[in-house]
Amino acid sequence: MSVADVVFVRQSMEQPAAPPSSQRGLVHWARTNLFATPTDSLLTLVGIVAIIYFLPGLLDWLFFSAQWTGTDRSYCATVAQGGMQPDGWSGACWAFVRAKFPQFMFNTYPEDERWRVMLAGALLVVLLIPFLIPRAPYKTLNALLLFVALPIVGYVLLVGGWFGLRYVPTREWGGFMVTIILSYVGIVVSLPLGVILALGRRSQLPVVKMLCVIFIEMVRGVPLITVLFMATKMLPLFMPNGMKIDDFLCVLIGVSLFASAYMAEVIRGGLQAMPKGQYEGADSLGLTYWQKIRLIILPQALKLVIPGIVNTFIGLFKDTSLVYIVNMFDLLGAIRRNFTDPNWMTPQTPMTGLVFAGFVFWIFCFGMSRYSIYMERRLDTGHKR
Amino acid sequence: MRDSHKNDRANARTREKGLWVMKTSTKALLGAAGLSLVATMASAATLDDVKARGVLKCAVNTGLAGFAAPNDKGEYTGFDVDYCRAVAAAIFNDPNKVEYTPTTAKDRFEVLANGTVDLLARNTTWTLSRDTTLKLNFAGINYFDGQGFMINAKKIPGVNSALQLSGAAVCVQTGTTTELNLADFFKANNLQYNPVVFEKLEEVNAAYDSGRCDVYTTDQSGLYSIRLTLTSPDDHVVLPEIISKEPLGPAVRHGDDQWLDIVRWTMNALVIAEELGITQANVEEMKASTNPEIRRVLGQEANSKFGADLGLSEDWVVNIIKAVGNYGEVFERNIGSGSPLKIARGLNALWTKGGLQYAPPIR
Repeated sequence: MSVADVVFVRQSMEQPAAPPSSQRGLVHWARTNLFATPTDSLLTLVGIVAIIYFLPGLLDWLFFSAQWTGTDRSYCATVAQGGMQPDGWSGACWAFVRAKFPQFMFNTYPEDERWRVMLAGALLVVLLIPFLIPRAPYKTLNALLLFVALPIVGYVLLVGGWFGLRYVPTREWGGFMVTIILSYVGIVVSLPLGVILALGRRSQLPVVKMLCVIFIEMVRGVPLITVLFMATKMLPLFMPNGMKIDDFLCVLIGVSLFASAYMAEVIRGGLQAMPKGQYEGADSLGLTYWQKIRLIILPQALKLVIPGIVNTFIGLFKDTSLVYIVNMFDLLGAIRRNFTDPNWMTPQTPMTGLVFAGFVFWIFCFGMSRYSIYMERRLDTGHKR
Repeated sequence: MRDSHKNDRANARTREKGLWVMKTSTKALLGAAGLSLVATMASAATLDDVKARGVLKCAVNTGLAGFAAPNDKGEYTGFDVDYCRAVAAAIFNDPNKVEYTPTTAKDRFEVLANGTVDLLARNTTWTLSRDTTLKLNFAGINYFDGQGFMINAKKIPGVNSALQLSGAAVCVQTGTTTELNLADFFKANNLQYNPVVFEKLEEVNAAYDSGRCDVYTTDQSGLYSIRLTLTSPDDHVVLPEIISKEPLGPAVRHGDDQWLDIVRWTMNALVIAEELGITQANVEEMKASTNPEIRRVLGQEANSKFGADLGLSEDWVVNIIKAVGNYGEVFERNIGSGSPLKIARGLNALWTKGGLQYAPPIR
C-alpha cells in the first residue's frame, strides 16, 4: 500500500467532543450534589421544603415587615399593644437597635469621651489587618506595636487621667468595647502563657511540672462563671481592708488565666503529636532546649493545632458574655439591659435585640474560623493524611 | 418583681457569716504580721463620706421597667433612680452626682453591707428579717406593691377571681417569694395548680405569651410591664386579688441615724410637696407663698434650721423638688400615666385621696 493510497491524513488533533449532556451543566451539578443517592435526594427535598416553609417568613420578619425607623415603642407595637402597627403585625424592630446602637457599643461610657474608644478601636484595626496578611512587611515591628504599644496606648486612652484626658472608671465601660477588650487581652495573654504552661507540663523538672499541672487542672476544673465570681467577689475578701483591685481588672485576669489553661492543653496536644525523631534530631544538632523549642518544635506543633487554638479563641470570644454574672455588661449584656426600657418594651424588641447580638457574634466567630482555615491551607506542608 | 428571694436571704445570712470569719481571720493574720490597715469600711458618718467623695453611691436594679432602666442615652431613669437623684439633690443641689451600681436580687444586700454603696434603692420589700438579720434600715415605703394574677382570658374564659383558678397552669419565676406566696395561696384555699417555673423573667414572659400557662403571677407593678410585651394584651386580664404585701422602699445600713434621717426625710419631703401642691414647675413661686407650712417646708422662715439639723442646706426641699418634682410627678413620669406602663396610683395615692401615702410633717 503506497502513500498515495492514503486518502486522508489528519494534520491536527481533533477537538474533544463536549461531554454528554448528562455530565455537564446544571443537571449534572444537581445530580452529583443534590440527587446522587436516594438518601441525598430525600435530604434535598426535605431541605427545599424547609426553605420554602421558613425562608419567606424569616425574610419577611427580618426585612420586609421590619420597622426601620422610630423613636419609641409605638413604632414597633400593634394598635392593641398601644402602638401604630396594624393588628397581627410581626416584624423586627430595627428602630430599637438604631436608637440603642451607641449603647450596644459603649454602654454607659460617657458620650463626649467615646471618640477615645473609637480611636483605640481604629488603632486595633489598623495594626491587626497588616498583621493578619502574611505578605505585609515589617512583621516584627507590627507585632511589637500590636501587642506591646497598643495595650499601653489603649489603657491611657480608655482609662484616662493623663494628658488632660478625663478619668473614666471601668464601671462605666460596657457594650461591644468590653467584648473586644476581654477577647483581645484574653487572646494576647493566653497564647504565650498557654505555650509556657504546656512546656512546663512536659518539663523534666518536677516542681515546674507539678505547678503547671496544678494550675491547669485547677482552672479547668471550675466553670468560668465561678472563676469570675471568685475574682471579683472573693478575692477582695482576702485583701487587706482598703486594697481594692478594679473589678474589670480582676475579670481580665480571670478570663486570661482561664483561657491560658485551655490553651495549654491544646498546645500540649500539638507537642505530643510531634514525632520523637524531631526532638532527638534537634538534640543531635546540639541545639539548646530553648533553641530546640523555638526553631524545631513550636513551629511544627503550633501549626498542627491551629484549629484547636482558634477553637479556644472563639470559645473565649463568646464566653465574654458571662461577665454579666459580676454585673458587667458586654455586648449581649448591654442589649439585654435595654429590654427593660419601658419606652421600647414590645413583643418584638427582645427578639430583634437577640438577633442583632447573634449576628454580631456570628460575624466575628465566622471571621476567625475562616482565617484559621486560610492559615491552615497556607502552612500546609503535605503531612495531611 | 422585687424578686425577694427567701433563699437569698438565707444565702446572704450564711454569706455574711462567712465574710465575717474571713475578714476577721485576714485581719488577725495581717495584724500579726505587723501590717497597718487602712479602714475603708463605711464609717458611721455616711454623710461626711458622701460629701467628701462628692458623689452619692446608689444601688439600683440592673434593669426593671419603670423603676431603673437605661433610656436612649444610656442614663439610668426610673422611679427608684429618682430617689437616688433626690437624695443627691438634697445633699449637693445636683441630682446628677450619683454613681449607680447595678445590682441583682442576690448581691444587693451585700453591696450595701460592705460599704460599696450608701443607699439601696432597688424595689426591695421591707420585711422583719431584712431589718434584723440583714441589718437594714428601711427609710419608709415609697411604693405599696402586692402579688397579683394575670390570666389569659382566651385560654380560660369566664374567670374573674383567683378562687376559680383550680387546676390552672401558673407561670412563675423560681426562687422568689412570689413562688412561695403562690403555693401558700393555693394551699390555703384548697385549690390545685400546676406550676410552670423558670429561672429568668424573660423566660416566664415568653412562656406565658406563647400560651404555655393560663396564669402569670408576680407583683402587680410587674404585671403591668409584662403586658407591654404581650402579643395581644387585650386577651389578658389582671385579677383583683392581691395575695401578699410587698411594701417597697429605699434602705440604708444600720448604725448611722443621721443618714437614715436624710433618706427618710427626702422621701417624706416628696410626699409633703405633693400634699401642698408644690411641683417642679412652681417651686420657685411657692417660695414666696404666704402659707406658713409651705414656707416652713421650703426653708423660707426667718430662723429656719430644719435643713441644718439634718446636716443639709436650708433649701434642701427646694433642691429636691427642682430636681425630680414631687412624689406624684415622680410616680406619673416613671410608672404612671406619663409612662408606657400606665400604672394607676391605687394604694400609692395620697392618704387624702384614698391611698396610703402619708408623710409626717416637717416642723
